[in-house]
Amino acid sequence: MAKKERVLIMGNHACVLGAIYAGMRFYAGYPITPSTEVAEGCARELPKIGGRFIQMEDEIGSIAAAIGASISGVKSMTATSGPGYSLMVENIGYAYMTETPVVIINVQRGGPSTGLPTKVSQSDTMQAQWGPHGDNTAIAVAPSTIYETFTETVRAFNLAERFRSPVTILLDEVIGHSRQVVTLPDPGELEIFNRTKPTCPPEEFEAFAMTENLVSPMPAFGDGYRYVCTGLTHDTRGFTTNRPDEIAPKLHKLRHKIVDYKEEIVKLRDEYMDDAEIAFVSYGSVARAALQATSIARKAGAKVGAVQLFTIWPFPDEQIRQLCSRCRKVVVGELNMGQIIHEVRRVLPPDIEVHGLQRFDGEILTPMQLVEKLEEVI
Amino acid sequence: MSTVVKEKDKQRSDVILQYLRPRKAMPTVWCAGCGNGIVMSAIIRAVDNLGLSKDNVVMASGIGCSSRMPIYLDFNALHTTHGRALAFATGVKFARPELKVIVVTGDGDALAIGGNHFIHACRRNIDITTVLINNNIYGMTGGQGSPTTPAHAFSTTTPFGNAEKQFDPCGLAQAAGASFVGRGTVYHTPQLEKLIMQAIEHRGFSLVEVISNCHTYFGRLNKQGDAVTMINDFKDRAVPLAKAQKMTPEELKGKYVIGLLHKEEKTEFCDVYDDTVKHLTGGKQA
Ligand SMILES: Cc1ncc(C[n+]2csc(CCOP(=O)(O)OP(=O)(O)O)c2C)c(N)n1
Ligand code: SF4
Repeated sequence: MAKKERVLIMGNHACVLGAIYAGMRFYAGYPITPSTEVAEGCARELPKIGGRFIQMEDEIGSIAAAIGASISGVKSMTATSGPGYSLMVENIGYAYMTETPVVIINVQRGGPSTGLPTKVSQSDTMQAQWGPHGDNTAIAVAPSTIYETFTETVRAFNLAERFRSPVTILLDEVIGHSRQVVTLPDPGELEIFNRTKPTCPPEEFEAFAMTENLVSPMPAFGDGYRYVCTGLTHDTRGFTTNRPDEIAPKLHKLRHKIVDYKEEIVKLRDEYMDDAEIAFVSYGSVARAALQATSIARKAGAKVGAVQLFTIWPFPDEQIRQLCSRCRKVVVGELNMGQIIHEVRRVLPPDIEVHGLQRFDGEILTPMQLVEKLEEVI
Repeated sequence: MSTVVKEKDKQRSDVILQYLRPRKAMPTVWCAGCGNGIVMSAIIRAVDNLGLSKDNVVMASGIGCSSRMPIYLDFNALHTTHGRALAFATGVKFARPELKVIVVTGDGDALAIGGNHFIHACRRNIDITTVLINNNIYGMTGGQGSPTTPAHAFSTTTPFGNAEKQFDPCGLAQAAGASFVGRGTVYHTPQLEKLIMQAIEHRGFSLVEVISNCHTYFGRLNKQGDAVTMINDFKDRAVPLAKAQKMTPEELKGKYVIGLLHKEEKTEFCDVYDDTVKHLTGGKQA
């Protein structure tokens, strides 16, 4: 077998390549630091393979166009950063309600407002779940290396298609902008999931049918299955409704098609957790520092382990509880004032102490800072 | 004579029935006599006359009374968020250029919250037909002022008379780059039908502004009478373009110039992009 090519790429470009690998052929976006290289990469790569790139007038239009393209049958994505994500949330809510697969990359920057354009942050973690108004159940993933950015982008598309749902990829500036040499998977090496299409005759088609796994087959506009796609609460045929006996099942479907199949979405990595007494729980660039801090601590003889969250939402309650069951203490490192720490506290039994190490000055958490935190809590 | 008229009426309503969504409980949310129904039938006849396949038509809209239209019609219906129909429609059209995309929007939807998408869709000259139902007010939310509410007119948010100035959607569209711009009214239905037909046939961004009545709010608050009185008033105030060109600005005050106001041949956005794709892929893919 020929030796695979190794390439030097930045995280934002890994998103582009991962998305194209997953079958993305439509990108709509608006430039914003630190996500702009995703748009630039798509502008360059998509037309070469018959795909389409459009720079919209703003982020509201970008997510709207991406949703429109997906409803027309083309896998699509947009990329942005904090303020742009804030502008998108109304239409992300529309994608939840209309059950439209679409991938949104948020290369986070510090906030609120225009905040810190070129500095690292993880402060949109909660927004990825609670951005849109209403009771939506979000899917969000977070890679920590350039290679993972590629594979998590592929996974994000698979999840979007599998669950007919928007999926947010939470990058942080360090991942988006740093470069690494990686060997990318060959075509066919990673599994690609495509949305299920209806097979029934059009007369029998119900656009939002209550199927066994709660995900309805999705035709493309133009396929001959004409249906109403509306952000208003609707019945199984897509018609707007005000009836309690139709409203509740719709909202139940939106939530349970995701939470009931959580095992398919949740992905974690654990290192040295078998006998760990203290564990780091982290994600994104902090997870890399935590892994290093773990090996430093292990060399010094401390029983420390690390849990890295690839799936942020839905939150991996069970899995974290299980992995940390033997720990006395858990340290959650985050580049914000403490967002995921509350989730970790919620899922762990009260006899496990949960400590937070938070940095929100635009700088990274270094392995040594995490080691120091260990020494402090031990 | 009267049986012939009746037969003709029946044929015309049979056409409408073919396009209403099956299994959808009527009636619509619209008030009796609202101009939205007249515009809907004009669009249906235009599509029917052009012989378009329902599967190939996407009707997109934002939020408002007028924007409810796609829900009632048996096309691919995209009822989106307030003001964003053109952005969603841009995604549909650019992803699937073979689809006919018609956007139905209100004056508030298109020109207030959606103003930015409106001018940029015109600028790109993307092949979308936009039917802007202009009733000078926000109907759905109960009669607030809109960007087309005339100066000094009353609405629930301009209780002492509107201090703002009016947008001219047609002038705005033309200035922004739309290659087809026309205006009709809900009184002049055969002309409206023809204008919409031409707009759909036109390759590029086309705008048809329709002067319509919201008697429930605009009519009542401005003492303009019921639906019939308001629609008759459009007859009196409409001036065909040819005639208007001979009139002074003074004489045109308070009038609506109707007809095809602007048309030019201009490259269309998806076509230009496809040329690039063909060039880059050696013609293999488009
Ligand atoms: C983001 C957002 N803001 C406000 C509204 C409330 N809203 C619904 S319809 C409407 C105005 C509709 O007016 P117009 O577009 O003129 O349509 P009409 O009802 O007159 O046909 C408004 C403000 C909304 N749905 N979404
Ligand atoms: S409120 Fe006005 S615009 Fe809305 S349906 Fe009634 S008459 Fe028509």
